[in-house]
Amino acid sequence: MRNVGVLGYGMVPVGEHWGQSALELAGAAVQAARIDAGVERIDLLVVANMLAACGSHGQLNLGAQIADWSGLRGIEAFKAESACASGGSAFRCAWLAVASGQVDLALVVGVEKMTETLVPEVTLGLASAADADYEIPHGPSFVALNALIMQRYMHEYGWKHEDFAPFSIVAHENASRNPYARLQDRISPEAYRKARMICDPINLLDASPIGDGAAALVLAPLDRYPPRSGRAPLRVAGCASSTDSLAIHDRRQPLRLQAAEESSARAYAMAGIGPKDVDFFELHDAFSIMSALSLEASGFAAPGQGPRLALDGELQADGRLPIATHGGLKARGHPVGATGVYQIVEVVRQLWGEAGRNQLRRAHTGMAQNIGGSGATIVTTLLQTQN
Amino acid sequence: MEVSRHWRLRQQRYSLVGEECPHCQVKIFPPRDVCPDCGQEARTAYAFSGRGEVYSFITVHTPPAGYEEAAPYTVALVRLAEGPMVTAQLTDLGDQPVEIGMPVEMVTRRLRSDGERGMLVYGYKFRPLLAA
Repeated sequence: MRNVGVLGYGMVPVGEHWGQSALELAGAAVQAARIDAGVERIDLLVVANMLAACGSHGQLNLGAQIADWSGLRGIEAFKAESACASGGSAFRCAWLAVASGQVDLALVVGVEKMTETLVPEVTLGLASAADADYEIPHGPSFVALNALIMQRYMHEYGWKHEDFAPFSIVAHENASRNPYARLQDRISPEAYRKARMICDPINLLDASPIGDGAAALVLAPLDRYPPRSGRAPLRVAGCASSTDSLAIHDRRQPLRLQAAEESSARAYAMAGIGPKDVDFFELHDAFSIMSALSLEASGFAAPGQGPRLALDGELQADGRLPIATHGGLKARGHPVGATGVYQIVEVVRQLWGEAGRNQLRRAHTGMAQNIGGSGATIVTTLLQTQN
Repeated sequence: MEVSRHWRLRQQRYSLVGEECPHCQVKIFPPRDVCPDCGQEARTAYAFSGRGEVYSFITVHTPPAGYEEAAPYTVALVRLAEGPMVTAQLTDLGDQPVEIGMPVEMVTRRLRSDGERGMLVYGYKFRPLLAA
């Protein structure tokens, strides 16, 4: 397997892009990434998307469509889908292709257009990440499935709702310095306490906002395509994906993210490092409970103790393990199928020193973790600068 | 309409028919033909008692498309007496507050309807245990 590096990235702000189609959003991210990477040629396009096929006006075969739209007609292109982990899965496909030696220049683009349909349709589309025979017929929304986990978690470990506040406060703080973020306002502990309850115990400020967005990355063999001057060579040090049951009720331990435990352990092993070597963590904070479970599964906290890290200030930009350094899903926004690509773009920006006012002082090893469904597919990716 | 899906799942929806592993005797619901514990084939039908207790619960106020008429409703994870867990709505609650650990039993209720001319979909829900 060859060492694979990141050559460039591009993205559009997460928001409500009423005037632009999924195709236009994806095209903008693809062009920005190609210009940033300084390459005309692309050998493989992997598209990450969750919802384009849902609903009465669904679109399949996005790979060919976006390749054609982007002036890449003729190249190999396909979509990778694993619900909200589609971005991470697409990145892993592109990485495998380049590492194998079959492909030199791979472009991964995540795109989601969520303002195209009305809220109940979007809610149904998101719920389709759950088990269609045994979860969906009983009427839980995707928020409800996460709330079932959070309710039991609070019951077993004794946390109060307000103990989860720092996850959201940190994310909003970082998003206030990110012009690409969906929500760029800071929030106070009081605002968190008073936020409207959407599915008890999950309130509006526990939940990430959906949005339209597209983000892209160019991957290439590290030794043949050095990044442009001023940028450190940046290696994909580890990338692993694991699965669990779709339905929460089928899990042996519903309060543990088994797929995160396995994929993070494999990614650490590939990179030859452990959790203590990770400088910052772009985690999948679709809901604040997922932040806690992700930290626990990835070796940063003992089971049931994720909120402790947040309460102790460890996750802030100046803490021991900064998270959501560009706002995370919570405030940068969660354009579901594109989210995993945004996460990795944000890791890359930190490692190249291009994170603007969110730049961390120490950023040599960054981790992204992308969760599909309520934990069914989890992709963990580690990137490192090479000195 | 998904007619065949609802027909195919009728034994599970109406009678909680799952499976028992002939090798390690673990009880399986929903049925999956391969034992989740020992990995061997498990196709022996097993009807669950319908008794269980609430593992977790929440109330849905913003339902997915097709579930609006029933909202708000309570969805629970119910740990069946025989071991497996199921996702199901709680019903017949009256003024009774729901608690984790509350004993419940299965009943058959309407899950959803698809308008005046559509199908009525029935299946299991759970109510507070009546008999001691």
